Amino acid sequence: MNAPLPKRKLKVATTSLAGCFGCHMSFLDIDERILDLVELVEFDRSPITDIKHCSPDCDLGIIEGGVCNAENVHVLHEFRKNCKILIAMGACAINGGLPAQRNSLDIRDILAAVYARPGRGVHIPNDPEIPLLLNEVHPLHEVVRIDYFLPGCPPSGDAIWKFLTDLLAGRTPTLGHGLIHYD
Amino acid sequence: MRHQFELETAKNPDALKRIVIEPVSRVEGHGKVTILLDDDNQVHQVRLHIVEFRGFEKFIEGRPYWEVPVLVQRLCGICPVSHHLAASKAMDMIVNGGILTPTAEKIRRLMHYGQMLQSHALHFFHLSSPDLLFGFDSDVAKRNIVGVAAANPDVAKMGVLLRKFGQEVIRVTSGKRVHGTGSVPGGVNKSLSLEERDYLLKDADQMIAWSRDAVRIIKQLHKANPALYDAFGNVPTTMMSLVDDKGALDFYHGALRARDRDGEVIFDQVSYQGYHTLLTEGVKPWSYMKFPYITTLGEEKGWYKVGPLARIQNCDRIPTPLAEEERAEFVAYGGAKPLHGSLGFHWARMIEMLCAAETIKDLLLDPDIMGADLMATGPRREEGIGVIEAPRGTLFHHYRVNENDVVTYANLIVSTTNNNTAMNVAVRDVAKNYLQGHEITEGLLNHIEVAIRCFDPCLSCATHALGKMPLEVTLVDASGREIDRMTKDSEGRVGK
Repeated sequence: MNAPLPKRKLKVATTSLAGCFGCHMSFLDIDERILDLVELVEFDRSPITDIKHCSPDCDLGIIEGGVCNAENVHVLHEFRKNCKILIAMGACAINGGLPAQRNSLDIRDILAAVYARPGRGVHIPNDPEIPLLLNEVHPLHEVVRIDYFLPGCPPSGDAIWKFLTDLLAGRTPTLGHGLIHYD
Repeated sequence: MRHQFELETAKNPDALKRIVIEPVSRVEGHGKVTILLDDDNQVHQVRLHIVEFRGFEKFIEGRPYWEVPVLVQRLCGICPVSHHLAASKAMDMIVNGGILTPTAEKIRRLMHYGQMLQSHALHFFHLSSPDLLFGFDSDVAKRNIVGVAAANPDVAKMGVLLRKFGQEVIRVTSGKRVHGTGSVPGGVNKSLSLEERDYLLKDADQMIAWSRDAVRIIKQLHKANPALYDAFGNVPTTMMSLVDDKGALDFYHGALRARDRDGEVIFDQVSYQGYHTLLTEGVKPWSYMKFPYITTLGEEKGWYKVGPLARIQNCDRIPTPLAEEERAEFVAYGGAKPLHGSLGFHWARMIEMLCAAETIKDLLLDPDIMGADLMATGPRREEGIGVIEAPRGTLFHHYRVNENDVVTYANLIVSTTNNNTAMNVAVRDVAKNYLQGHEITEGLLNHIEVAIRCFDPCLSCATHALGKMPLEVTLVDASGREIDRMTKDSEGRVGK
């Protein structure tokens, strides 16, 4: 990662798949440093912008959350196709996280339990607009190639800041023990 | 009076054009909107679909109860403290019948009011302010917090620092800004040191001042264009929230009160321990999110809204002076009737942020927050219900725990779920008033999202489902190996 930096701002796309948005919150926990960051990067598709699809020339794709349904698969492929570097951010993206607790259960049983109403039977939502669920929740790297893994539930704002500023400066990101211990 | 569910279901969907807004942006979580139009751009159907399903209620069965307050806050990264505390309140019932020491209750309140402040600041400044400052159909590239920072650096900085302070209150009380561990069944695991108290206290007055500025900003926007602000997404509904035993606003604890669309009290001081007899959760095939309603009023009339607009108008007063002054002005603006225009949510939300900032200062000055008595004991039970006013509205957690300390049942009604029907009706109202008969542009479509954002939906909190269309999904890993396959036949049967 020692290539010279392009002159233009780097394009950064972010998304949350099967996650809780906590990693995006931690991203905002860089606090006032976000005002410095936007001098170096521009945000493309992201929950904080109204750009709905990645531009084809994104430099970084930052993804929180695992893969739990067909839509997640679709979005993940869009990010891989359009982003030069893909970062799996947080426990869910890296190993499925808490949503992967459902992997030991049969998805049909879960749905039947959640949508059962006393005396009125089970009505599982079944509209074609709703994406098909996968049997299991998968980490990102099982579906596409991932370039960097940023651990934590969520990683702290400081960890995200160190990671991004290393990357933006052309250094291989290193967090050290201080930013990846969780006790 | 038009029918409440007009535009929910088109008579001839196959013959219509489909427009989709996906993903709904500048909200938390995943949702999409579909709009069906005929050739003359007449709107026939509008639906807000919640497309995620994570199944928390099922997979926490079998977990030991003391894990639950930490586990379920992973429902949400924006309001983790609400889930952390609603689950803790339910588990308090299990371990001691719901008793807390004064220190524990005040630390939890401090944590919760910190969250209210950070979530409301985030929503107003980072997510919604671009629509309000630049216009609903302004340049899409500018409609974000970066655009706000370029055009109004002081406003953006104020938002960033208000949110930061709320996050710091959470960190100091729970150990971590997102997904902390401060609250435990029966109490808390830490109180504040003097240094921590002083660290937060030094900024408290500034936060109150900035919160007042924020109320002023939204109030000015509202009063500069009342025709828009009062009419946009104006859907009169029943309102529900917790109030304290004297009818005052309280985000941490209280009993349920509901008013009808004209402000008349429907029920009051109803213990939330009986929520399941009060509310029924409806299901529709096109959303994983359920549609709750007040059982006695029925599915067609019993839906309601929760959150800032409901809370501000449900309570009799706000216990802090500056926010109470603002509440009185808000109520006076509405005259004899409650305000139901969806943009009123923003005004109400900023009044609540001011209340949170004032309350945080009051709590920081209370010596109990540095107390040593953290846990209370009492008789063990097997069922617990915890309810709290989350930033987005009333949040219900209900658990049963067996003699082996294992969770055997869980039911959650999250704040956004309570607002599900109201949000859908609001977007249909906006579609009808702004899209009907027009060429559909990006800016017009953003009007739909503006209506959704008023409610500050937390779509991650909501659960999700499976269709009847024959479908097959194959998941192939990076090396081309098939790792999962899911099929569904036309009867909705799912298999490998």
